Amino acid sequence: MEIFQIVAIGIIAVVLIIIIKGHRPEISIQISIAAGVIIFLLVVGKLASVIQLLKQMVDRVNMHQGFFSTILKIIGIAYIAEFGVQLCKDAGEHAIASKIEFAGKILIMVLAVPIVLTLLDLIINLME
Amino acid sequence: MNIDLIFKIAAIGILVSVLNQVLMRAGREEMAMMTTLAGIVVVLMMVINLISNLFENVKTIFQLY
Repeated sequence: MEIFQIVAIGIIAVVLIIIIKGHRPEISIQISIAAGVIIFLLVVGKLASVIQLLKQMVDRVNMHQGFFSTILKIIGIAYIAEFGVQLCKDAGEHAIASKIEFAGKILIMVLAVPIVLTLLDLIINLME
Repeated sequence: MNIDLIFKIAAIGILVSVLNQVLMRAGREEMAMMTTLAGIVVVLMMVINLISNLFENVKTIFQLY
């Protein structure tokens, strides 16, 4: 099971970080980055298969194709923004973390605008 | 596929800090600074490779072109 491997990597990385934190804090941050990326790369295959499954379900419901890809994009932006924010918080840079979070929200808003517009049209049509 | 990468980075970190101490005792602070920078640059190259790999994966999965 991958979960044992993932937890093992996490614990090893934490121990190594504590060893090196005293002498070289800059390298300890990079170990935490590396551990985070490695854990994500381990589960990325499963994530891809889940998304394929969702895509098939969307095709069966014959919902508008754009909505699902927009949702995927929003999830992707949210994940990467979260990755950056947690990293900056680990390094103690809360100001930069909040800037990244703010930018992520704006980008997600930009992507969500078309969906909101179609919803608005739908409601207006219903009301007439 | 890459657990050894964490060990490599940790090894470089420990090596650099030990070298730093040795050079400090030997009285060559500038050399110590140079080795520290070299170590950090090497580790940074590895981590940047890993991060670009992550971004490529996320781009293909979430169709974030």
